[in-house]
Order: sequence, then structure tokens, then C-alpha cells
Amino acid sequence: MITTNGDQHMYNPMEFMVICAARLLEDGRTAAVGTGVPCAAAMQAQRTTAPNLMVCFEAGGVAPQLPTMPISVGDSRTFYRGLMATSMCEIMETCQRGMMDYTFLGGAQIDAYGNLNSSMIGDDYARPKVRFPGSGGANDLASLCWRTLVVTVHDSRRFVEKVDFLTTPGFLDGPGAREEAGLLPGTGPYRVITDLAVMGYHDETKRMQVLSLHPGVTLDQVHENTGFELAVADGLTETDPPGEEELRILREEVDPNGYVIGR
Amino acid sequence: MDTHEQGSGQIFSDPSTTAARAWFQQKSRAMTDKVMTVAEAVGKLVDDGDYVAVGGFGGDRIPTSVLHEILRQEKQDLGLSGHTATHDFQVLCAGNQMGRGQTISRVDIAYVIGLEARGLSAQARRVMESGEVVFTEWTNYTLALRFRAAAMGVPFLPGHTALGTDTMRHSAARKISCPFTGEPLVAVPALYPDVAVIHVHESDPSGNCRIEGIAVADLDVARAARKLIITCERLIDNDEIRSNPTRTAIPFYCVDAVCEVPGGSYPGNMPYEYYSDEEHLQQWLNAERDLDEYRRFLDHHIYGVSSFEEYLERSGGRERMPELRRLEFLEDE
Repeated sequence: MITTNGDQHMYNPMEFMVICAARLLEDGRTAAVGTGVPCAAAMQAQRTTAPNLMVCFEAGGVAPQLPTMPISVGDSRTFYRGLMATSMCEIMETCQRGMMDYTFLGGAQIDAYGNLNSSMIGDDYARPKVRFPGSGGANDLASLCWRTLVVTVHDSRRFVEKVDFLTTPGFLDGPGAREEAGLLPGTGPYRVITDLAVMGYHDETKRMQVLSLHPGVTLDQVHENTGFELAVADGLTETDPPGEEELRILREEVDPNGYVIGR
Repeated sequence: MDTHEQGSGQIFSDPSTTAARAWFQQKSRAMTDKVMTVAEAVGKLVDDGDYVAVGGFGGDRIPTSVLHEILRQEKQDLGLSGHTATHDFQVLCAGNQMGRGQTISRVDIAYVIGLEARGLSAQARRVMESGEVVFTEWTNYTLALRFRAAAMGVPFLPGHTALGTDTMRHSAARKISCPFTGEPLVAVPALYPDVAVIHVHESDPSGNCRIEGIAVADLDVARAARKLIITCERLIDNDEIRSNPTRTAIPFYCVDAVCEVPGGSYPGNMPYEYYSDEEHLQQWLNAERDLDEYRRFLDHHIYGVSSFEEYLERSGGRERMPELRRLEFLEDE
């Protein structure tokens, strides 16, 4: 799908997702990211609205000056000209102490409360129908960082009423559930960025709600591609289309080889 | 301390301090020459039934030569910590798909089957979906914390992660209250691997090691392991170690074998040495699509060679090394 925003800036959904995600990151904050879209979003933010965003990788890379997109969360790009090359415990414990503002995650399934599944499909844990990698660091980051952002393609097989396996905590089964489970106060899901919309969570119900629709996307389209009842925020807006400069930076500086935006 | 909730997963290794101390009490403190071949190290130190921990980060600073040798010597019934296990897991799972018994029989899962952005290993997935492997669920941090507990010589450590999830429910963790503040915590049991394998940049003959770049969990893994095999890019003199002890990451008294294996993390990345060989890693993934083809691939690259040096020849790794070095240092050709 190629979209035009009326200003004749053509862009693809992946490019828009990276740009939307980047805009959500405040300057001077810290973010634990993985490879792919999250990493591209952090690099984009550093080159646009958040030059002082500090990026960490869970395997131990602190504040690299990323020369190119890493392939692995632990490859040498993740600490290239960094400030520290350390350990997984050090990064996770920085999160646990309350110094990591954002984390960026994905998953095979997400539900209305922002819970993620990256472990398995099926109902027998010992004999999964489809086995996926598991938590990796996702559960830890969503438990320990202040705000969890999710970037994913929007379709009803991913956006499900109930995840087959709750790998990584969102708001669990609703208001008060994180606190009840013993997760740290003040942490939790923040935004979901897809190729159709940007979503947040209702303050009281803790259910996902649409905050802004991407240009040309209708609410019906979003509902059709969501497998649960998705609320709509008061004051629903349209997502600002990508600007010319945002696209130039993304294509020329962040991902010139198209590792992420070429997908 | 009250336990509120308990995961239903199995613990595959004894977390008790007393048992660990009895082992470490009899472990040699002699600063001897521990240099040997990879075949000798695996023959001597990896026993059937052992629980194995692999250093590095899946495809970064991994001890590939030892993993291949474990397949060649047809070690059986191994336990494994899947702490972002990617190419390392792919290699060990291959042993289950050759009709030569069962290399892996139990896994602590934090991250397995996937090769991060490269995709999923089809055969590793088959192994994990087959029912022949028993597994317990964890996260990268809880597994790292388990190694840290063992390295510290305590039977468990607390953290604020994993609570309220199916990951916790299928782990062997327990929910406890802090005895001082009453805050809820997850308690994870110490993990003492029977044998750990770590690839480092430099080691002296007795096993004093230097690591460049991120350590991941290896400083703890090295100390937690009952037996430790080190492979290194370069052997260096003990004098060199003594000239700058600040750089020693792993001390000799943790180490049982030292094997010099230049290019030893190939096809993975080795920081400040060479980048990963994405082309060859893709060949692995492609070969896995068909089991017969995969067996031929493994015969050619692993079972049909006698050493890692031969694998470097057959895989094209030796030839590509100058290019992988340029990639690592971001140099133009």
C-alpha cells in the first residue's frame, strides 16, 4: 500500500509507523529498544524531535551512536561509539530502579488490555500448536519500564479478545490488576502504533482506544481489523501525515538500506 | 517468607548453596596449563545428561566450535538455558533431528527458536513442538538473575518482573513478600549449570580471560558453572594478563579448559573482530525447510568435518573473514 498525503509525499505504512513512533518519544528521556521498527523509531527521534533521547539495548549496549541498523540486540552496532558496553543485568536493573522511560515491543498477539503473546498458539503448554520464541526481555521491559509502546501491523488475527498465552504484561485483566499481581506502580501500556491508527488506553477501563486515525483510514476499517471491541477516544483526531523532512531523514539517514522501511 | 503463588514449571538443576559449595570446594585451584583441543575439552567436560549454558547472545560472541563438537561426539540428553539462544539453539536442536538420539531433552526458555530479525528456525521449532523436550518458561532477566544468584552463592534472588503473567505461571518462580517492606516480588532459584561454554577475545593458558564489548550475562555464567570451557580468539601470555589485571573478566579458577579458536564465534558476530556472516546464516535457515536437505547440510558442514577449522573452509567463512572484518569496522571496500 502506497499512500499519498495530498502534498504528494508518497510513503509506505512501515515508514509512517516508524515516524509516528518516533514522534511519541520526548527529548531527554531513556528508551530500551530492540532491533527493527523500535530501533528505527529511536534513531528517527534522535534526528528530529528528541536529539537527547538515550537508547539502551537489553544485551548491554548503552547510548550507541548507531552507525547503521543492528541485526541483533547484542551485536556490536548496539554499543558502537556507545557510552558503556555492559551486561543484561545492568540494563534491566536500570529499568528496575525506575530510570527507563520507554520500551518498545511487538508480539504475535495483543489484546484489549495491551497484553502480548510471543510464546505460543494453542491450549496445551507442553504441546503447543505453534511455538514462538518466548519472552526474551519483553516481559521484563514491560514490567520494569515506565511506558510500554507497541508497534505492529493492524489485523484481527493479531488484535484478539484474549491472548493464547500472556507472555508480557499489559493491564492484565483490567483496572487494578497490575497492582494486584504485584507489578510496580505507575508502569504499563502507553501507546500502540499500527499501519491504521495510534491507540492509547482509557484511564478508567484500561481498555485500548483509538486516539488518531491515519490519513485516509476510517473507523470502520480499524474495527474490521480488530478482533475485540475497540473504544474510541473523545476528541478522535487524524494522525499528522509524515512531513517531507521526516521522510528524508528516515530514508537517507536512519534506514538508507531499507532494512525496516523496505519490508 | 510467605509464598503467595508458584509457577508450575520444573527446576532442572539444584539451586542449593550447600550442594554448590561442596562442588566448588573440590574444584581445582591450580593455575595449570589448561590448553587443549575443542574435541578434548568436549570429550572430557561435557557429559551425557549435563545441563549446559552457552555464553554470548545467540549469534554474538558464541562458542560455535564447541556446539559443533557436542553434535559430532553425539552427546545426549542435555539440558539448556535458552537465554536469547538463537544460532546456538539452532545448532544444538539440529542434533535432535539427525536420527542420532536426542541432544537436547530439557530447556529453560527465555528466547529460543528465533534468530531475531532473521526469522525462525523451522527445525528448532519442530523440536520444541514435538513433545520430546520438556521446558520451563522464563525471561531474559529472570534467567540472568538466576545465574547471578548462583554466582553470588545464594539460592535465590528477588526481582520485580514477570508477575501476573503466563510466563510466570509456567516458570518455577515464586511470588514472595519483601521481609522488610512487604513489597511483592518474584523469587527465582539459582541456576548452576553443569557446564558452561564461553567464547572470549583473549585468554592465558590457565584461563584468565578478557572480553571486549558487552558481557551479556557471561561474568555470572562463568562463576555459576560447575565446569567451564573457554574458547578464545587468541591465547596470550600470563605476563600480559598481569600487566593489566583490570581487564580480566573471568579468573582462571573458574576455568577447566582453554581452546584457541580464531574465528570461533563465526557465523556470529565477534565485537571488534568480525561481523556476523548473514549470507551463511541464511543458508542455515534455507536448508532447514526440508529435513533431508538439512541433514545433508549438517553432514557437509558439521558431521563430515573433523574440526571447526574445516567448517570455516567449507562454509566459506575463512574466505569471507576479511570482508566480515571490514563490515565490523564499517570500512568501505
